[in-house]
Amino acid sequence: MTTLDPKPTDTPSDGGTVTPSRSTGTNATRVIGIAAAVAMAWLVLFALVISPADVNQGESVRLLYIHVPTIWVAYLSFVVTAVASGIYLFTKKHSLGWDRLAGASAEFGVAFVGLTLIVGSLWGRLTWGVFWQWDARLTTTALLFVAYIGYLAVRRLGGSHQQRAKRSAVVGLLSVLLIPLVHWSVVIWRSLHQTASIANTEGDIKMDGTMLFTLFVGVVAFSLLYVWLVMHRTRAMAMEDMLEDRGLDVALAERRAEGAGR
Amino acid sequence: MIAIMEDAGFILGSYVVTFAVIGGFVWRAISSGRKLGKQIPDDDKYWT
Repeated sequence: MTTLDPKPTDTPSDGGTVTPSRSTGTNATRVIGIAAAVAMAWLVLFALVISPADVNQGESVRLLYIHVPTIWVAYLSFVVTAVASGIYLFTKKHSLGWDRLAGASAEFGVAFVGLTLIVGSLWGRLTWGVFWQWDARLTTTALLFVAYIGYLAVRRLGGSHQQRAKRSAVVGLLSVLLIPLVHWSVVIWRSLHQTASIANTEGDIKMDGTMLFTLFVGVVAFSLLYVWLVMHRTRAMAMEDMLEDRGLDVALAERRAEGAGR
Repeated sequence: MIAIMEDAGFILGSYVVTFAVIGGFVWRAISSGRKLGKQIPDDDKYWT
Protein backbone atom coordinates (compact mmCIF):
# COMPACT_ATOMS: atom_id res chain seq x y z
CA MET A 1 0.00 0.00 0.00
CA THR A 2 3.01 2.26 0.08
CA THR A 3 4.90 3.82 -2.74
CA LEU A 4 8.25 4.15 -1.05
CA ASP A 5 11.16 2.47 -2.73
CA PRO A 6 14.44 3.53 -1.13
CA LYS A 7 16.67 1.66 -3.60
CA PRO A 8 17.97 3.26 -6.78
CA THR A 9 16.19 1.52 -9.63
CA ASP A 10 17.00 3.45 -12.75
CA THR A 11 20.33 3.66 -14.58
CA PRO A 12 20.73 6.70 -16.82
CA SER A 13 22.87 6.74 -19.95
CA ASP A 14 25.89 8.26 -18.18
CA GLY A 15 26.22 5.14 -16.02
CA GLY A 16 25.19 6.79 -12.74
CA THR A 17 22.09 5.95 -10.75
CA VAL A 18 18.97 7.96 -10.09
CA THR A 19 17.32 7.69 -6.69
CA PRO A 20 13.55 7.84 -7.19
CA SER A 21 11.85 10.67 -5.36
CA ARG A 22 10.12 9.58 -2.20
CA SER A 23 6.36 9.79 -1.95
CA THR A 24 4.31 9.87 1.26
CA GLY A 25 5.06 6.26 2.19
CA THR A 26 7.39 5.05 4.93
CA ASN A 27 7.97 1.75 6.69
CA ALA A 28 5.38 2.75 9.30
CA THR A 29 2.66 3.37 6.69
CA ARG A 30 3.58 0.11 4.98
CA VAL A 31 3.09 -1.87 8.21
CA ILE A 32 -0.15 -0.05 9.07
CA GLY A 33 -1.43 -0.47 5.51
CA ILE A 34 -0.82 -4.22 5.50
CA ALA A 35 -2.44 -4.56 8.94
CA ALA A 36 -5.48 -2.57 7.73
CA ALA A 37 -5.83 -4.72 4.60
CA VAL A 38 -5.63 -7.96 6.64
CA ALA A 39 -8.15 -6.64 9.18
CA MET A 40 -10.53 -5.61 6.36
CA ALA A 41 -10.32 -9.11 4.87
CA TRP A 42 -11.12 -10.57 8.30
CA LEU A 43 -14.01 -8.16 8.65
CA VAL A 44 -15.58 -9.21 5.34
CA LEU A 45 -15.15 -12.91 6.20
CA PHE A 46 -16.69 -12.58 9.66
CA ALA A 47 -19.36 -10.04 8.72
CA LEU A 48 -20.71 -11.80 5.65
CA VAL A 49 -20.00 -15.47 6.34
CA ILE A 50 -19.14 -16.45 9.92
CA SER A 51 -21.28 -14.23 12.15
CA PRO A 52 -24.88 -15.39 12.64
CA ALA A 53 -28.08 -13.65 11.60
CA ASP A 54 -29.88 -11.73 14.35
CA VAL A 55 -33.03 -13.11 16.02
CA ASN A 56 -34.95 -9.88 15.41
CA GLN A 57 -33.23 -8.20 12.47
CA GLY A 58 -32.24 -11.26 10.47
CA GLU A 59 -29.47 -10.87 7.89
CA SER A 60 -29.67 -7.07 7.90
CA VAL A 61 -27.65 -7.05 11.14
CA ARG A 62 -24.58 -7.56 8.90
CA LEU A 63 -24.79 -3.84 8.10
CA LEU A 64 -23.91 -3.17 11.75
CA TYR A 65 -20.31 -4.23 11.08
CA ILE A 66 -19.70 -1.30 8.73
CA HIS A 67 -22.27 1.15 10.11
CA VAL A 68 -20.81 1.30 13.63
CA PRO A 69 -17.09 1.33 12.63
CA THR A 70 -17.65 4.13 10.10
CA ILE A 71 -19.34 6.40 12.63
CA TRP A 72 -16.71 5.47 15.25
CA VAL A 73 -13.95 6.55 12.88
CA ALA A 74 -15.90 9.70 12.01
CA TYR A 75 -16.15 10.62 15.71
CA LEU A 76 -12.44 9.83 16.13
CA SER A 77 -11.59 11.99 13.09
CA PHE A 78 -13.50 14.98 14.41
CA VAL A 79 -12.05 14.66 17.90
CA VAL A 80 -8.55 14.54 16.37
CA THR A 81 -9.46 17.61 14.29
CA ALA A 82 -10.56 19.45 17.45
CA VAL A 83 -7.50 18.43 19.48
CA ALA A 84 -5.10 19.36 16.66
CA SER A 85 -6.97 22.64 16.15
CA GLY A 86 -6.69 23.41 19.87
CA ILE A 87 -2.97 22.64 19.91
CA TYR A 88 -2.48 24.88 16.88
CA LEU A 89 -4.43 27.77 18.40
CA PHE A 90 -3.24 27.62 21.99
CA THR A 91 0.47 26.89 21.60
CA LYS A 92 2.99 29.66 20.95
CA LYS A 93 4.57 27.94 17.95
CA HIS A 94 1.33 27.76 15.87
CA SER A 95 2.77 24.84 13.94
CA LEU A 96 1.07 24.23 10.60
CA GLY A 97 1.65 20.51 11.08
CA TRP A 98 -1.25 20.50 13.56
CA ASP A 99 -3.41 22.39 11.09
CA ARG A 100 -2.70 19.83 8.38
CA LEU A 101 -3.49 16.98 10.76
CA ALA A 102 -6.80 18.68 11.61
CA GLY A 103 -7.66 19.18 7.94
CA ALA A 104 -6.69 15.67 6.84
CA SER A 105 -8.62 14.11 9.70
CA ALA A 106 -11.76 16.14 8.92
CA GLU A 107 -11.66 15.09 5.25
CA PHE A 108 -11.85 11.43 6.20
CA GLY A 109 -14.37 12.16 8.95
CA VAL A 110 -16.73 13.66 6.38
CA ALA A 111 -16.27 10.65 4.11
CA PHE A 112 -16.98 8.22 6.94
CA VAL A 113 -20.08 10.12 8.14
CA GLY A 114 -21.28 10.06 4.53
CA LEU A 115 -20.82 6.29 4.47
CA THR A 116 -22.61 5.98 7.81
CA LEU A 117 -25.58 7.89 6.40
CA ILE A 118 -25.69 5.81 3.20
CA VAL A 119 -25.41 2.45 4.96
CA GLY A 120 -27.78 3.62 7.68
CA SER A 121 -30.43 4.64 5.17
CA LEU A 122 -30.20 1.24 3.45
CA TRP A 123 -30.49 -0.44 6.85
CA GLY A 124 -33.43 1.85 7.68
CA ARG A 125 -35.19 0.72 4.49
CA LEU A 126 -34.85 -2.90 5.61
CA THR A 127 -35.91 -2.43 9.24
CA TRP A 128 -38.19 0.63 9.23
CA GLY A 129 -39.44 0.44 5.63
CA VAL A 130 -38.10 3.90 4.71
CA PHE A 131 -34.72 5.22 3.63
CA TRP A 132 -34.96 8.39 5.69
CA GLN A 133 -36.89 9.82 8.62
CA TRP A 134 -36.39 13.23 10.22
CA ASP A 135 -35.59 11.37 13.39
CA ALA A 136 -33.34 12.87 16.11
CA ARG A 137 -30.32 10.60 15.46
CA LEU A 138 -30.54 10.82 11.68
CA THR A 139 -31.07 14.56 11.67
CA THR A 140 -28.24 15.33 14.09
CA THR A 141 -25.90 13.04 12.11
CA ALA A 142 -26.84 14.88 8.90
CA LEU A 143 -26.15 18.15 10.74
CA LEU A 144 -22.71 16.84 11.76
CA PHE A 145 -22.01 15.96 8.11
CA VAL A 146 -23.01 19.44 6.92
CA ALA A 147 -21.04 21.16 9.71
CA TYR A 148 -17.81 19.45 8.66
CA ILE A 149 -18.44 20.14 4.98
CA GLY A 150 -18.56 23.74 6.17
CA TYR A 151 -15.25 23.21 7.98
CA LEU A 152 -13.66 21.92 4.75
CA ALA A 153 -15.14 24.88 2.84
CA VAL A 154 -13.61 27.30 5.37
CA ARG A 155 -10.21 25.68 4.76
CA ARG A 156 -10.52 26.59 1.07
CA LEU A 157 -11.41 30.25 1.57
CA GLY A 158 -7.94 31.42 0.57
CA GLY A 159 -5.38 33.62 2.31
CA SER A 160 -2.10 32.56 3.87
CA HIS A 161 -1.54 29.15 5.50
CA GLN A 162 -1.68 30.78 8.93
CA GLN A 163 -4.97 32.51 8.14
CA ARG A 164 -6.42 29.22 6.90
CA ALA A 165 -5.20 27.46 10.02
CA LYS A 166 -6.59 30.03 12.46
CA ARG A 167 -10.03 30.25 10.82
CA SER A 168 -10.48 26.53 10.46
CA ALA A 169 -9.20 25.80 13.99
CA VAL A 170 -12.01 27.91 15.44
CA VAL A 171 -14.61 26.09 13.31
CA GLY A 172 -13.02 22.73 14.19
CA LEU A 173 -13.27 23.45 17.89
CA LEU A 174 -16.92 24.54 17.64
CA SER A 175 -18.09 21.73 15.34
CA VAL A 176 -16.89 18.98 17.67
CA LEU A 177 -19.56 20.06 20.16
CA LEU A 178 -22.09 18.36 17.89
CA ILE A 179 -20.72 14.89 18.68
CA PRO A 180 -22.27 14.59 22.18
CA LEU A 181 -25.54 15.84 20.71
CA VAL A 182 -25.47 13.11 18.04
CA HIS A 183 -24.48 10.41 20.51
CA TRP A 184 -27.09 11.31 23.15
CA SER A 185 -29.84 12.22 20.67
CA VAL A 186 -31.45 8.79 21.12
CA VAL A 187 -31.64 9.40 24.87
CA ILE A 188 -32.65 13.08 24.81
CA TRP A 189 -35.43 12.68 22.22
CA ARG A 190 -37.80 9.87 21.27
CA SER A 191 -36.03 8.16 18.38
CA LEU A 192 -36.63 5.37 15.89
CA HIS A 193 -32.93 4.60 16.11
CA GLN A 194 -31.93 2.05 18.73
CA THR A 195 -29.92 3.09 21.78
CA ALA A 196 -26.30 2.01 22.18
CA SER A 197 -25.72 -1.76 22.47
CA ILE A 198 -22.21 -1.45 23.90
CA ALA A 199 -21.48 2.06 25.17
CA ASN A 200 -24.75 2.30 27.09
CA THR A 201 -25.41 3.77 30.51
CA GLU A 202 -26.29 0.38 32.08
CA GLY A 203 -22.79 -0.92 31.30
CA ASP A 204 -23.97 -4.28 29.96
CA ILE A 205 -23.26 -5.56 26.45
CA LYS A 206 -26.36 -6.88 24.70
CA MET A 207 -24.64 -8.82 21.94
CA ASP A 208 -23.66 -12.36 20.94
CA GLY A 209 -19.93 -13.16 21.25
CA THR A 210 -19.27 -13.72 17.54
CA MET A 211 -21.17 -10.56 16.64
CA LEU A 212 -19.22 -8.59 19.22
CA PHE A 213 -15.91 -9.96 17.91
CA THR A 214 -16.88 -9.08 14.33
CA LEU A 215 -17.75 -5.57 15.41
CA PHE A 216 -14.42 -5.31 17.21
CA VAL A 217 -12.59 -6.43 14.04
CA GLY A 218 -14.50 -3.77 12.11
CA VAL A 219 -13.56 -1.02 14.54
CA VAL A 220 -9.88 -2.07 14.47
CA ALA A 221 -9.84 -2.35 10.65
CA PHE A 222 -11.39 1.06 10.08
CA SER A 223 -9.20 2.69 12.74
CA LEU A 224 -6.05 1.33 11.08
CA LEU A 225 -7.30 2.53 7.70
CA TYR A 226 -7.95 5.97 9.17
CA VAL A 227 -4.40 6.19 10.58
CA TRP A 228 -2.93 5.10 7.24
CA LEU A 229 -5.00 7.61 5.28
CA VAL A 230 -4.27 10.50 7.65
CA MET A 231 -0.51 9.84 7.61
CA HIS A 232 -0.45 9.93 3.80
CA ARG A 233 -2.77 12.91 3.54
CA THR A 234 -0.92 15.12 6.06
CA ARG A 235 2.31 14.50 4.16
CA ALA A 236 0.62 15.26 0.84
CA MET A 237 -0.81 18.47 2.33
CA ALA A 238 2.67 19.48 3.53
CA MET A 239 3.95 19.09 -0.04
CA GLU A 240 0.97 21.02 -1.43
CA ASP A 241 1.78 23.89 0.95
CA MET A 242 5.45 23.81 -0.09
CA LEU A 243 4.50 23.97 -3.77
CA GLU A 244 2.11 26.83 -3.08
CA ASP A 245 4.85 28.73 -1.24
CA ARG A 246 7.30 28.02 -4.02
CA GLY A 247 4.81 29.27 -6.63
CA LEU A 248 4.28 32.42 -4.61
CA ASP A 249 8.04 32.99 -4.31
CA VAL A 250 8.49 32.60 -8.07
CA ALA A 251 5.61 35.00 -8.78
CA LEU A 252 7.08 37.58 -6.39
CA ALA A 253 10.54 37.24 -7.95
CA GLU A 254 9.04 37.75 -11.43
CA ARG A 255 7.16 40.86 -10.30
CA ARG A 256 10.35 42.25 -8.73
CA ALA A 257 12.29 41.56 -11.93
CA GLU A 258 9.59 43.28 -13.96
CA GLY A 259 9.75 46.28 -11.62
CA ALA A 260 13.56 46.46 -11.84
CA GLY A 261 13.45 46.29 -15.67
CA ARG A 262 11.24 49.37 -16.02
CA MET B 1 -24.45 -18.47 2.80
CA ILE B 2 -24.32 -15.20 0.88
CA ALA B 3 -26.36 -16.71 -1.95
CA ILE B 4 -29.27 -17.45 0.35
CA MET B 5 -28.98 -14.26 2.37
CA GLU B 6 -32.18 -12.25 2.68
CA ASP B 7 -31.96 -8.70 1.36
CA ALA B 8 -28.61 -9.54 -0.21
CA GLY B 9 -28.84 -6.59 -2.59
CA PHE B 10 -28.99 -4.05 0.23
CA ILE B 11 -26.36 -5.79 2.34
CA LEU B 12 -23.84 -6.51 -0.39
CA GLY B 13 -24.56 -3.13 -1.99
CA SER B 14 -23.62 -1.42 1.28
CA TYR B 15 -20.34 -3.31 1.44
CA VAL B 16 -19.59 -2.58 -2.22
CA VAL B 17 -20.25 1.16 -1.76
CA THR B 18 -18.15 1.27 1.42
CA PHE B 19 -15.18 -0.53 -0.09
CA ALA B 20 -15.43 1.43 -3.34
CA VAL B 21 -15.18 4.69 -1.38
CA ILE B 22 -12.28 3.31 0.67
CA GLY B 23 -10.56 2.14 -2.53
CA GLY B 24 -10.97 5.61 -3.99
CA PHE B 25 -9.34 7.23 -0.98
CA VAL B 26 -6.47 4.72 -0.96
CA TRP B 27 -5.86 5.26 -4.67
CA ARG B 28 -5.96 9.04 -4.20
CA ALA B 29 -3.52 8.85 -1.26
CA ILE B 30 -1.01 6.81 -3.23
CA SER B 31 -1.28 8.68 -6.54
CA SER B 32 -1.19 12.18 -5.03
CA GLY B 33 1.76 11.16 -2.85
CA ARG B 34 3.67 9.96 -5.90
CA LYS B 35 2.79 12.97 -8.00
CA LEU B 36 3.65 15.54 -5.33
CA GLY B 37 6.74 13.60 -4.23
CA LYS B 38 8.32 14.12 -7.66
CA GLN B 39 8.02 17.90 -7.35
CA ILE B 40 9.58 18.29 -3.90
CA PRO B 41 13.23 17.51 -2.98
CA ASP B 42 13.54 14.61 -0.53
CA ASP B 43 15.43 16.86 1.91
CA ASP B 44 12.30 18.96 2.37
CA LYS B 45 10.15 15.96 3.31
CA TYR B 46 10.09 15.71 7.10
CA TRP B 47 9.21 11.99 7.00
CA THR B 48 12.28 10.93 5.00
